[in-house]
Amino acid sequence: MFDRRLIHNFDWILVGLLVVIGFMSVFNLYSAAYSIGSMGGSHIYMKQICWYAIGFLVLLLMTTFDYHILERFAYPLFFVSLVFLVVVLKLGKVIHGSQRWLSLGYFSVQPSELVKISLIIVLAKYFSKAEKMGDYRLRELLRPFILIAIPFALIVYQPDLGTALILLIVSFSIIIFVNVNWKSILIFLSTAVLAAPFFWMTLQEYQKKRITTFLRPDLDPLGAAYHVTQSKIAIGSGLLRGKGFLKGTQTRLHFLPEQHTDFSFSVLAEEWGFVGSAVLLFLYLLLIVWCLNIAKNSRDKFGALIVVGIVASIFWHLTINVSMVTGLLPVVGIPLILFSYGGSSVICTMAAMGLIMNVSMRRFIFQK
Amino acid sequence: MAWRPDFDTVETEIYQKRLTRLTCFVLVVFGVLLVRLWFLQIINGAGYRIQSENNRIDLRDVLPFRGLIFDRNGRLLVDNRPSFILGVIPEDVRELDGLIGDLRRLAEIDTISARKKIREALKSDPFNPVYIKKGLARDELARIETNVLSMPGVIIEAKPKRHYLYSTLAAHLIGYLGEIDREQLNRGEYKENKPGDFVGKFGIEKKWQRHLNGIRGGQQVEIDASGRRLRVLYQKAAEPGFNVYLTIDKDLQVLAERSLHDKAGAIVVMKPSSGEILAMASSPTFDPNDFAKGMDKKGWERLISHGYFPLQNRAVSGQYPPGSLFKLVVALAGLEEGIIDPNEKIFCGGSYGLKGRVYRDWKEQGHGHVDLRRAIVESCDVYFYRMGQKIGIDTIAGYARRLGFGCETGLELGDEKPGLIPDKAWKLRRWHAPWEEGETLSVAVGQSFTLITPVQIARFISALFNGGILYRPQATKWIGRRDQEIVFESKPDITGYWHLKRENMELVKRALIGVVNEPHGTGWRARLDGIRVAGKTGTAQVIALPQEEEESVQERDVPYRFRDHAWFVAVAPAENPEIALAVLIEHGGLGGAVAAPIARDLLESYFNKVKP
Repeated sequence: MFDRRLIHNFDWILVGLLVVIGFMSVFNLYSAAYSIGSMGGSHIYMKQICWYAIGFLVLLLMTTFDYHILERFAYPLFFVSLVFLVVVLKLGKVIHGSQRWLSLGYFSVQPSELVKISLIIVLAKYFSKAEKMGDYRLRELLRPFILIAIPFALIVYQPDLGTALILLIVSFSIIIFVNVNWKSILIFLSTAVLAAPFFWMTLQEYQKKRITTFLRPDLDPLGAAYHVTQSKIAIGSGLLRGKGFLKGTQTRLHFLPEQHTDFSFSVLAEEWGFVGSAVLLFLYLLLIVWCLNIAKNSRDKFGALIVVGIVASIFWHLTINVSMVTGLLPVVGIPLILFSYGGSSVICTMAAMGLIMNVSMRRFIFQK
Repeated sequence: MAWRPDFDTVETEIYQKRLTRLTCFVLVVFGVLLVRLWFLQIINGAGYRIQSENNRIDLRDVLPFRGLIFDRNGRLLVDNRPSFILGVIPEDVRELDGLIGDLRRLAEIDTISARKKIREALKSDPFNPVYIKKGLARDELARIETNVLSMPGVIIEAKPKRHYLYSTLAAHLIGYLGEIDREQLNRGEYKENKPGDFVGKFGIEKKWQRHLNGIRGGQQVEIDASGRRLRVLYQKAAEPGFNVYLTIDKDLQVLAERSLHDKAGAIVVMKPSSGEILAMASSPTFDPNDFAKGMDKKGWERLISHGYFPLQNRAVSGQYPPGSLFKLVVALAGLEEGIIDPNEKIFCGGSYGLKGRVYRDWKEQGHGHVDLRRAIVESCDVYFYRMGQKIGIDTIAGYARRLGFGCETGLELGDEKPGLIPDKAWKLRRWHAPWEEGETLSVAVGQSFTLITPVQIARFISALFNGGILYRPQATKWIGRRDQEIVFESKPDITGYWHLKRENMELVKRALIGVVNEPHGTGWRARLDGIRVAGKTGTAQVIALPQEEEESVQERDVPYRFRDHAWFVAVAPAENPEIALAVLIEHGGLGGAVAAPIARDLLESYFNKVKP
C-alpha cells in the first residue's frame, strides 16, 4: 500500500520554508514578549515552539493518507467543525468580550480555525465534482453559498469578525478561481446587501457596536487609530537595517498593542528594518508561489482546489495584516498567519500545509 | 514534468492558465506591500525614527464637564470652574531633589509626600503625571508657568472643579463630591470613572451621578522629551453630563435656610398635589465647595466631630418624637373605627389618671369640656389620653403606618430614616417586655417611642389635604441637555392611598383651620391676612422631667439638650392648598411659640414674593 515514491517525493522545500518562518516567528516573539515579561508573557515564545513542534507532527500525520479520502469525508468533517462552533457559542470561554475559545483542560482551541480548513475541503469537493468548467449559474452556487453562510453567521455571533471576514474572502477566492459567471456574483451580492438589514436586526447591541468599530476603526481615535500611529512609527523607525534584536523602543515601551499577535510584524520591522521585513515577505512569497506550483502539478481538480483555498487563506492573512499594521487598511484584528502567536492558528495552518504536502507527494500516482 | 495524468486535460489546462494568472496577482500585491514598506522605512523612515526616539505619542484624558444643577425656575445653582493642578511626569524628571526644591520655592507643596509619590510612580507608571497639588493659587500658577521651561517633567493641567454658587444653599439636598474610592471602582458601579475622579457621594450629586458625570474624551498628543505637548493628533471630545433641574425654588430655599440659621432643625416645603419638594433645609449646614476642593483631613474631622452633625440631612434622616402632631393620627384612627364620636364631649381637668398614675395635660388648669374639634384646636392632651386608651396601641400603630409613618418616603436622597411606630409586637421584640397601657397614653400624644421625620409629616399633611393620596416626595424635576434631550422627567408618583372616609378627613381639616384661626388655637402665630392657613403645633419632649420639678423650672433654665423640640406643620390656602410645610426646631421649646412664626414668615414670603 505504502508507495516508496511518496518518500522520494517528500517536499523538502516546503518544509524548509516553514521551518525558517517558524524560527523567525519564535525569535520575534521572544523579543515581543521580552518587555511584557512582567505580565506573564515571557513564556510565549516557548509555547510557540511547542505549537510548531506539534504542528510539524500534525503536518506529517496529514501526509499519511491519500487526500482523496477527504473527498468522502468532506461533509462529516464540515459538520463536526460546525458542531464545535455551536458548542463554543454555548460553552466557550470569553476573552476580550468574544466567545471564540473552547477550553480543553489547560489549553484552549479556536474551532473557527478548524472550520476554515473543512470549508475549503467541502468547497473543493463541490466544485471538483461539478461537470462544468466555470460559468456557474446562481442556482448551482446556492449550495456553496449556504455552506459558507452557516459558519460565517456562527463566527459573527461569537463575535470574531476578523476570522469571519477571512472565511468570506477565502471562499470567494475559490469561487472566483473556479470562474463563476460574473452576473451571478452580482446577483448574489445584491441579495446579500438586501438581507444584511435583517441579519443586523438579530444582533445584540454589543455585537452591532463591535461591527461598526470593526468597519470604521478610525472612529475611535483613542483605540485603533492610536495603535496604527504607534505601529507606523515602529515600522518606519526601523529604517533599512532596524534597531537590532531586543532594541525596539516602541516595542519595549508598550506603545505597540498586541505585540505578539496582530502587531508582531511591526516588532520585526522595527528591530530588523526594511531588510528584515522584506526577507519575511519574500519567504511568504516563496511559500505561496511554491504551493501554487504544487496546485499546477496536482493530478486532479480536487487537489488543486484544496491547495488554492489554503494558499488564499495564507495570502489574505498576510496581505490584510501587513496592510493593517502599515496603515493601508483599517485595523481589523487579523493576525499574520504562522508568524503571530497562536496555538490553534499554527497547528491548523500546519495541518493545512500537510494537506498541500499530501497533494504534492501524490501528484504522480494513479489510483483509478 | 513530462508525465501527467491523462484525464480532464482540458480542465487542467484551464487551471494552469488561471494558476499562472493567480501567481501574477500575488506578485503584484507583494510588490505593493514592499513599496509601502519602502515608503515607510526608507523614504519617511528618518522622521519616524525621530518620533520614536524624541517624541512620544501619548493618550491623555479629556474630562467631561459635569452636568449643571438648576432650581425649578432654571436658576443656576451648581456649575464647574477651572482649577489648576500641578503635576510631574516622573519619566521626564532629570533630578528629583532639585526639582522638588525648585517647586517648593514657587508653590506651597507637601515635599515629603510629593517625593514619595514620584519615586513610587517611577517604578510602576513613569509616563503618567503624578499630581502634587490641586487648586493652585493664582500667584503660584503664575510663578510656575514662567519657570516651567526650566523644569522638565513639570506640567500644569486645568481640570474642571465643581462650584456651588451659593455655597451652603440646599447643601444637604444637592450633596457633595468626593474622590472615587477603591470599593466603588471595584464594584464597577461607575464604569465611566477612573481613579482620581470625583464622583457624587451624597444627595442629588450621588443619586444622579450616572447622568451628571458625562463621558470622558481623550486626546492623542505628541509630547516632546520633556513632557510638553507639541500638538494634538487626534481628539475625541468629552461629552458633558446631563443637567439636573431640581424641584426646589431658590428663593424659598434661601428663606427657609435663613429662618434656621442660628438654630438646629429642618424645614420641608412640599407641593401637596404632587410631592414635589419646593424647599428642604437642614441646619447646621456645610459648604460642599470644601469637598470639591478635595477635603483635607482636618476639615473632615471638624465636620465629623461637630456637636450638631452638620452633614446630617435632618429633613429626611432626623427622627424626632412627633408630639401633638400625632394626635391627628389618633383622631383619624378613632373616627374611622367609630370609636370617636366628634360630638362627644370629654371633661379635661388638667390631668388623667390611670392605674394610680397621673398623666398631665400641658395646660395645668385644663381645657374644660372639649369635643374632638376643640381637643385638636387647643391640643388637649386629656382628650387624646382617653381616646388613645379606647382605641388601643395596635390599632393606632396600624393607622400610623397606613398614613405613611414608620417607613421611608422614598425620596432617595441617601440615608433616609424610617422613623418608628411602636406596637405590642415591637416592644416584645425590642425590649422583651409586654406593652403597658400607660405607654399607649404617651403614644397618643406623640411621646414614648414614636419617631417621625420632617419629610414624613410634610407628606402626611399634604395627603390630608389632597384627599388621602401619598405621593413620593421628589426633588428632581427633569434631567437633560437643554430641552431636546431629556433622560428623566418626574411625574407624580403615588405610593399609596389612605382610603379614609371623606367626612372624617374633613373634620380634621376643619379643626386644623381652627388651630390657626380660632381664638384659643395653639397655632395662632401662623395666621396670615387674606390667606387661610391650616396647621398643627407640636412640642416633643426630649426627656420627661420629674413632674414636680417641671412646674418650678422655667424653660430657659433647662439645659439645651433637654429642651423640647418645636414642631409646626401647615398647608395654605386651606381651601385649595398650594404648599405644605413642616418646620422642626431642635430643642426650640413650644411649637406654637417657636415653629409657627417661622412657618408664618415662610408662607407670607411665598404668597407675597416667591409666587408671582
